[in-house]
Amino acid sequence: MAEPLLVVENLQTHFRTPDGINRAVDGVSFHVNAGETVAIVGESGCGKSVTSMSILRLIPEPPGKIAGSIRFQGRDLLKLSEPEMRSIRGNDISMIFQEPMTSLNPVLNIGRQIGETLRLHQGLSAREAEAKAVEMLKLVGIPEPGRRVREYPHQLSGGMRQRVMIAIALACNPKLLIADEPTTALDVTIQAQILELMRDLKRTVGAAIVLITHDLGVVAEVAERVVVMYAGKKVEEAPVVELFNTPRHPYTQGLLGSMPKLGSSLTGTETRLAEIPGLVPSLKQKIPGCVFASRCPHATDFCVKVAPALEPKAPGHVAACHYALKEGAIAA
Amino acid sequence: MSSPLLDVQDLKKHFPIRGGFFGGVTGHVYAVDGVSFHINKGETLSLVGESGCGKSTVGKAVLQLFGITDGQVVLDGKRIDDMPANSLRPMRRRMQVVFQDPFSSLNPRMRVRDILAEPIRNFGLARNGAELTAKVAKLMDTVRLPRDAVNRWPHEFSGGQRQRIGIARALAAEPDLIICDEAVSALDVSVKAQIVNLLQDLQGELGLALLFISHDLAIVEHMTHRVAVMYLGKIVEVAPKRSLFAAPKHPYTEALLSAVPVPMPGKQRERILLKGDVPSPINPPTGCRFHTRCPYAFDRCRTEEPPLRPIPTALEAGHTAACHLHDLPADRNPLAVAKGQALLAV
Repeated sequence: MAEPLLVVENLQTHFRTPDGINRAVDGVSFHVNAGETVAIVGESGCGKSVTSMSILRLIPEPPGKIAGSIRFQGRDLLKLSEPEMRSIRGNDISMIFQEPMTSLNPVLNIGRQIGETLRLHQGLSAREAEAKAVEMLKLVGIPEPGRRVREYPHQLSGGMRQRVMIAIALACNPKLLIADEPTTALDVTIQAQILELMRDLKRTVGAAIVLITHDLGVVAEVAERVVVMYAGKKVEEAPVVELFNTPRHPYTQGLLGSMPKLGSSLTGTETRLAEIPGLVPSLKQKIPGCVFASRCPHATDFCVKVAPALEPKAPGHVAACHYALKEGAIAA
Repeated sequence: MSSPLLDVQDLKKHFPIRGGFFGGVTGHVYAVDGVSFHINKGETLSLVGESGCGKSTVGKAVLQLFGITDGQVVLDGKRIDDMPANSLRPMRRRMQVVFQDPFSSLNPRMRVRDILAEPIRNFGLARNGAELTAKVAKLMDTVRLPRDAVNRWPHEFSGGQRQRIGIARALAAEPDLIICDEAVSALDVSVKAQIVNLLQDLQGELGLALLFISHDLAIVEHMTHRVAVMYLGKIVEVAPKRSLFAAPKHPYTEALLSAVPVPMPGKQRERILLKGDVPSPINPPTGCRFHTRCPYAFDRCRTEEPPLRPIPTALEAGHTAACHLHDLPADRNPLAVAKGQALLAV
């Protein structure tokens, strides 16, 4: 079988800080096949955004340091020169950020901002770029694209700005789209519109998507495969249905249990929410054992001393837990 | 029946927009435009809606953080919106607030001890220093923080712990009503569960009433007794929780419920995708404010504003909604039947 579109192996992104090295991402491996949607979930500080920024090498070095390998279409992105990298960003791999308010340039009109990537990567003239920009705005469902293309970001609502961000990201037909919390800043009815748009565009454009989010509801709606991160490590990976039905890692089980389910008053399943006690450990100390041991209800002395390896639990399903060996052994 | 703890009648808050050469008033933001609701003792009422719908403004108006444009706010039988400042002060003690951002709502230059002691001193709730110290220690127990943490500064705590301090500060004044303005929205999933559980425990222990302002419908459903849905400065629906989630009677509520992503991959649900964005509260639409985005709007909706009134087809008593659809015969009213199960895929 051909190599997947993106293969991340043993990614380590560390930051030097005045009080020690912060191991924001510490040995993460995963892959993305062409046309696939992979979600990376976890709570704030688990390293999911740093992972995505590392793929595009957007981490300032120093204080950051990226190690491991990131192979995109067979080329190791970490070995490319800066000009080579620049020809990939926004062209083969593009990114949508969380804040549609701050990630657009306030003094350039929408058309210029969409056209910028087209002129740079595809050598279009200003006129051609604007025509393509109008086409892109139409694709992402903005009414009156001919007029909107001349408008500035402040004239658009939050949902429209996120549509513009998507138009910019898709302008050069990327093979991989990284979406970092694309709907977190939006209201639910607008979020529903944007998720619908992303699903539609995936069908028509066919780009692979890496979706970074903390919202398990969003994951369930759009992802095919899920990577769960905790404290800079991948603790579990599984196809989406399997992850929600039979989570193997106690952290994943804890996350799912701590979320109230919409519709609980209809089914009479209003129970007390499961809490994950304690706090995320500091990433500045090296943790010898399992990163989740300090909060895990099943942890033993063994977990504190020896870090569990990622082991297959079912086809396509891996988890890093000593005790998640047998099916349902610690099912919540 | 005993009178409600909080009774809000036809509350309006319009913010003037100044502009032009002489800085005159050129228009108004109709942030809250005629809102009525009540909260009983020990009850949770949730106020839900999207950003800009006026739900936080309602919270601040109830707290008398600014004067209101029209209407009245009655706390335990006393009208407080026109009270002079000195008689309002003891009433303020009875309503406290917990804000969204636990990082900016605590003074970074005050130790936890002083943050918690301030309301106790202000309202004269302790006779001497020993009693004050004892009360502060008890507050720390109440919110499940270690007692020796009182000597620490806010920056030494995590987000969830800070939110506990914020809750302890609200409890320090021994209130009857706490207004939680998106109090759990900024927290991570696992920490959110801790704070939600704490709020529910405290309500049980202390008999508090909560006005829970939130946009997170799953959390709201989990912890509320009744729900009020706001859209563009108006309440469009108020109902007991189960009645609202099982059989919404306003098209906006229905769309909101169907838009929330649920963590159940592959489930088929009925999805109502609203078109466009929320109109500006400076220039709200005529008639029903929702008619520009409503999938069921007809002529009457564009001209005549529907009042909030009891809905006969509702599942439980006390279910009111503002929608003309309920005047149509049942076979032409898409909201006559209970659609909650299809919308939420349960």
